[in-house]
Amino acid sequence: MRFLFKTAYEQDIRLAKHGGHLFWYGSLMLILLAAPWWAGEYVLSQLHFICIYSIVGFGLMLLTGFTGQISLGHAAFLAVGAYTEALMQAAGVPFVVSIVCAALFAGAVGVIVGLPALRLKGIYLAIATIAFNVIVEEIITRWHDLTGGNEGRHVKPVDLFGWKLESDAEFYYLCLALTVICCIACANLLRSPTGRAFVAIRDSEISASCMGVNLAWYKTLSFTLSAALTGIGGALYAHKLAFISPEQFTLLASIELITIVIIGGIGFLHGAVLGSAFVIVLPQLISIAKDWLPSGTAPSGLQAVVFGVILVLFIIFEPLGLYGRWLKLRTYFELFPFYRKGMFRRQKSYMKSERLR
Amino acid sequence: MLLAGVAQGCVYALVALGFVLIYKATETVNFAQGDLMMLGAFCALTAGTVFGFPYWAVIAFAVAVMSAVGMLTERLVLRPVLGQPAFTVVMITIGVGYVIRGLVTMIPGWGTETYQIVTPFAEDVWTVGGVVLAVQQLAVIAMTAALCAVLYVFFRYAKLGVAMQATSQNQLAAFYMGIPVRRVNMMIWGLSAGVAAFAGILLAPVTFVHSNMGFIGLKAFPAAVVGGFGSVPGAIVGGLIIGVVEALAGFYLPEGFKDVAAYVVVLVVLLVKPSGIFGETARKKV
Repeated sequence: MRFLFKTAYEQDIRLAKHGGHLFWYGSLMLILLAAPWWAGEYVLSQLHFICIYSIVGFGLMLLTGFTGQISLGHAAFLAVGAYTEALMQAAGVPFVVSIVCAALFAGAVGVIVGLPALRLKGIYLAIATIAFNVIVEEIITRWHDLTGGNEGRHVKPVDLFGWKLESDAEFYYLCLALTVICCIACANLLRSPTGRAFVAIRDSEISASCMGVNLAWYKTLSFTLSAALTGIGGALYAHKLAFISPEQFTLLASIELITIVIIGGIGFLHGAVLGSAFVIVLPQLISIAKDWLPSGTAPSGLQAVVFGVILVLFIIFEPLGLYGRWLKLRTYFELFPFYRKGMFRRQKSYMKSERLR
Repeated sequence: MLLAGVAQGCVYALVALGFVLIYKATETVNFAQGDLMMLGAFCALTAGTVFGFPYWAVIAFAVAVMSAVGMLTERLVLRPVLGQPAFTVVMITIGVGYVIRGLVTMIPGWGTETYQIVTPFAEDVWTVGGVVLAVQQLAVIAMTAALCAVLYVFFRYAKLGVAMQATSQNQLAAFYMGIPVRRVNMMIWGLSAGVAAFAGILLAPVTFVHSNMGFIGLKAFPAAVVGGFGSVPGAIVGGLIIGVVEALAGFYLPEGFKDVAAYVVVLVVLLVKPSGIFGETARKKV
């Protein structure tokens, strides 16, 4: 067990709490940097997806995990980012500008969605975001001149100052760099007063506003930042797939994004990464497992069943997600043999009625 | 055409009714409602084709099976998270929806194909004073009305119905009054799934039976919200409004507006009056 001897207040909000953090995150970084050497083409391609989903996961985590606002419409922000990137690239805008524009534009759309969020809570907000998602999907399908409708749009590889990132490794470094930047930005945000305000809103809106947190401003800010991060993810997503069409941004995609947050561990940035890794790896595991099953079972059906069962099991038995599982494991070994069963037990909570507001 | 809208609206209303029943009693929104409806339609299909039941027996069979499924779902999956934040429960129901949809495609004889349920009044047409009325649609409307009447009587006079109302108004108080809240919750899930099966059977002749018909549940959300989540008459009225708006939008507005009309309506309602037309608003005292 490690005892931290604190000698300054800054130590409380430092990103790396002690040398161990630096060492382990540094090693992880080295392993990831070396990925093009140890990973095959296929694994590298999956790493692309994990990076992209992680960025989206950070965005959603900021909104759902830290500010406590539910969004079941994040695929719409993903779509806005992806199409902005595709259109700007087609117009000859350099990548550095276009990805910023993708983030800004998605963020602007986020403001629009965030405004009704000031009046809505809980399940009503979820329904409003569902409606938003369906409407955006329909707009993309119908605005044929701009988006190509159902035929979709092709997206060329990234062009960074005349340097075409055509190989998998080059694109991987781009994704990794953006993921790390977004991750550090989020971690920084969360230790700033803004982040504290988000968490205060999540825990109790009434007490947050009593403490002087401007609810309207911070909720809108949270929506905007979340949408902007998702927009960045969307831009990369467009480049990764090289082809975008409306059916990639349906409500089901939104639900998949929210499961990233749930399975990873709601309220932890680590959870976004773990969750996206899980969501990417699961279909591969299923396709491996399918060889053992009798032939004739529909693969898509099996995947949906496994996905649903895992989601349900996680919520019932491990509400803190994968990261929560890791925390428990670590605490067990740190405190060995003094770990008690009830240490992470959910507090007995009575149902909070949302009818009263 | 208005009639078609009303008939479609009745189906929305029935699915929305399922949402509202569960929401009223347990304050959870059941995202699997559409999938329960789909499962109900498949049960009816099996009863009709494999066992060869007559139409009325088919309905009874499907409703009974689905009630059992609904109660089982509540017991196995939702009771462990009783008292957790609403969002947790919503995610669980989404997971349940995934499982149902996946299982249906894996069961031999159901799969991903499209089927049709034979109804006794398939293609009949009445002509009343120069207006052509499809019996199919009239039957949908009539059966919805009948179900509403039955539910009304149930909630008004049956002991269980009154207990359900008490639970939905105040769980803690109901518990103190000796109502077994958990068992009542289970019953409500059963009832709601039964209503979903009924909706599925009524919808089957219109859209046919296939594993993705559950997505119509997403259209029933707007219905429930427009009427006010937590209001039974609101669900019916909301469903009818959405159905009619959709039919009118499909007729008067350019293509594409039909699918989003319901969602535009719901956004407007949420912005103007978030509690819906019949919703009750209560304020929390801090």
